[in-house]
Amino acid sequence: MTPQNPAPRASVSIVLAGSGGAGVMTAGNMLLEAAALAGYYALMTRSSGPQIRGGEAAAMVRIATGPVENMEDHFHVLAAIDWQNIHRFAAEIPLAATSLIVGDPDQGEAPAEFLKSGAPHAPVNLKKLAKSIPGGWPNMVALGLLAALVGLPEASVMKAVGKSLKKRPDSLAASLAGVRAGMAAAEALPARYPLLPAPDATSARWLITGNEAAGYGAIRGGVRFVAAYPITPGTELLEWMAPALAKVGGALVQAEDELASINMIIGASYGGVPSLTATSGPGLALMIESLGLATASETPVVVVDVQRVGPSTGIPTKSEQSDLNLALYGLHGDAPHLVLAPNSVSDCLFTTQWATHLAEATQAPAIVLSDQFLGQARAVVDRPADLAFAAERVTAPANAPDYKRYALTDSGVSPMAIPGTPGTAYTADGLEHGERGTPSSQATDHLAQLDKRRRKLDSVDYGSHWADVEGEGELAVVTFGSCTAPVREAFARARRDGFNARLVSMRLLSPAQPARLADALAGVKRVLVIEQTHSGQFYRYLRSEYDLPGSVSSYRRPGPLPMRPEEIVSQLEQWSKA
Amino acid sequence: MNANAAAALAPKDFKSEVKPVWCPGCGDYSVLSSITKAFAKLALRVENVAVVSGIGCSSRIPAYTTCYGFHGVHGRALAVGTGLKLARPDLTVLVAGGDGDGYSIGGNHFMHACRRNVDLTYIVMDNRVYGMTKGQASPTTEPDWESSKLTPEGTGLREFHPLVIALASGANFIARAFSGDPNGTAEIIAEAIRTPGFSFVEILSPCVTFRPEQRLWKDKVHDAPVKPTSDPSQAARRILTDDGFNIGVLYVGHRKTYQPPIGKGAKQAADLEAGFAL
Ligand SMILES: Cc1ncc(C[n+]2csc(CCOP(=O)(O)OP(=O)(O)O)c2C)c(N)n1
Ligand code: SF4
Repeated sequence: MTPQNPAPRASVSIVLAGSGGAGVMTAGNMLLEAAALAGYYALMTRSSGPQIRGGEAAAMVRIATGPVENMEDHFHVLAAIDWQNIHRFAAEIPLAATSLIVGDPDQGEAPAEFLKSGAPHAPVNLKKLAKSIPGGWPNMVALGLLAALVGLPEASVMKAVGKSLKKRPDSLAASLAGVRAGMAAAEALPARYPLLPAPDATSARWLITGNEAAGYGAIRGGVRFVAAYPITPGTELLEWMAPALAKVGGALVQAEDELASINMIIGASYGGVPSLTATSGPGLALMIESLGLATASETPVVVVDVQRVGPSTGIPTKSEQSDLNLALYGLHGDAPHLVLAPNSVSDCLFTTQWATHLAEATQAPAIVLSDQFLGQARAVVDRPADLAFAAERVTAPANAPDYKRYALTDSGVSPMAIPGTPGTAYTADGLEHGERGTPSSQATDHLAQLDKRRRKLDSVDYGSHWADVEGEGELAVVTFGSCTAPVREAFARARRDGFNARLVSMRLLSPAQPARLADALAGVKRVLVIEQTHSGQFYRYLRSEYDLPGSVSSYRRPGPLPMRPEEIVSQLEQWSKA
Repeated sequence: MNANAAAALAPKDFKSEVKPVWCPGCGDYSVLSSITKAFAKLALRVENVAVVSGIGCSSRIPAYTTCYGFHGVHGRALAVGTGLKLARPDLTVLVAGGDGDGYSIGGNHFMHACRRNVDLTYIVMDNRVYGMTKGQASPTTEPDWESSKLTPEGTGLREFHPLVIALASGANFIARAFSGDPNGTAEIIAEAIRTPGFSFVEILSPCVTFRPEQRLWKDKVHDAPVKPTSDPSQAARRILTDDGFNIGVLYVGHRKTYQPPIGKGAKQAADLEAGFAL
């Protein structure tokens, strides 16, 4: 077989799979870092089997010349160190006939699930090659091979390996030798997928996960206290925040459950310290009663929900947007609160920082609806802009005359006395109350306080941040969260065929912004709503809160598989031609 | 005027003008008096004290003080108090509530608050009944108490023993008090606040409406015949074998208080960026 001489491409997708302990995640991270060092953008997601440790695993890496925030339609290369149970991931690893499967012949034939794509299977003795190097590892051989297949410069790969093994210099030489052996082995392969040259680096870049970005956004917004209970896929956010908070004078406490975490942060915030918890659907469900308390007592808190597939324990390691109803409508009583959704890995920073700012400014709880895809994806992104949003709570001065904690102000926001301030002591209450906080069951007090709490959210200027609005035309797609990136890519592709439409990706979901959306959709004749739920939660929300112009269609499907551009392109085609 | 120079406050200065919703004769009135006496005894300032509670008759107590108060949801008072104290170690935090609030719906938080040993004081006004919801059995209700329509034959369940649970879970200070002795109770509360770590005070506080027979508690209570011990096994034996009316400080330990440092970071938020930069 002679290697073809294919045209360089702007984007290439690779999977490295193997059983636990084979080091595919380590190699995947190194590949990601090597791409970043070479000036490319890249994204990595991961899949692992149901075993707690040691099960099969796959690192999925997309490398591109421009920013990427979603996976491609299919992978160009699937390399497996062994095939143990990798076929279980077949649905997550779509291949095309033009793809290449690389497997170790000593580990058996590639599974039929992959071969049926028509992709050729090229044998490479990864283990034997590794064994020929004292202390060599097959994952390093695979890394070299993959890097060569896509044309990453050797120097970047070596640098990435060196960085990652900084603390284990003894294994560096063997790893580098393994990489070289892999690069040499790539020469004999029947295909390659070279990338176009990397763009000139015009901006600083970060390598970051959505969970880290959300954590950092919170700290930039002023959060200094976190209480939380571990849950996939929110845990990494907490793991990043624990040491980070300690550095900036904050603290993270592991609570006994989510009922405790939400109430601990309510207590801390009542004490004047901006506070946050992070969880996933099951935890958010447990927190709901106390989110009502935060609303009624006007205690600002931020809850990041890194959504996973529900209901119940569902599929803990996979993404879905199906906590939307719970976040929007779960609270009992009429309980105005903020719901925001980041729409990219780096937007997790912006949205969480903004949410912190808004929660503090309105003295109301904010739910940030991230998801497993955004939270756990590790991406090379342009360094996000510095944002001015900080926690700015309106507080009461010492000895404020005739202090009323829940005073009926024009904006609805009333100065909050922080414990320790003399002359303004009051009791915060989840019972309906009058202006001083004294419990009241009077109809007038109830109505006045309901109006006040509503007014707070309605009197904020959300500016242009409520949504990302792009494009023109009489067609419009409305989406949110992690669906945004594949929709954007589908748009770019469909535009080449003359497709023209607007895209609205909503970041602020509550309070609803009907006037702003009406503005964004002025002149639109048809709307397509795209989301990752089974029941069309986002569609139903839009239909109930907004007057959508013209005819409105819905494209929705549940997790666990991520949205891919091609499926959206085919939806756009059907819909735009209908 | 700085805090030291300020005139010492009297108990009445800690009592607000809000009229309690409690029934006449309810034990909780005296508990309120004991709390305000203890605050005055410790020369606390109203602005530096926070009283935190859940839901129940007894949980109404924060608004009856002139301190900062937080009246949250049923069962979660200890979590609110814990978050507040960890974020604001400078405050004196007193968490208060009923036996239903603390031992039933909030039971998990009770155990873990003892374990965590944050420097706060937890008072349970135990009347062995759910007063606010009009007379159902609580975890401390006797198994053969038949006056609730929910459990007309009695619960048949063995009572929860909060003092042993507290001891086994790691509370650093454990006492039993009786609302009918406001001065003695004030002493115990003051001692509880003074002792570092998690201090638990179980106060027998009659519900005269749904458990009128508890009026007789005044004849049953008696001072603990021995001094407090710091030996957990000795304390366990005493607590398990006493008649439930033994009043006084029963255990004082030496556990280290849990308080992560807060407000003392060496870095700015922007310094964290280095971890992401390529
Ligand atoms: C989540 C929830 N469940 C139930 C209730 C109803 N409820 C209010 S107070 C209470 C029990 C109060 O008993 P206790 O804590 O012993 O206090 P007491 O009224 O006797 O002082 C219950 C069940 C509630 N407010 N919230
Ligand atoms: S019902 Fe019982 S506990 Fe409640 S106020 Fe009346 S006497 Fe006190």
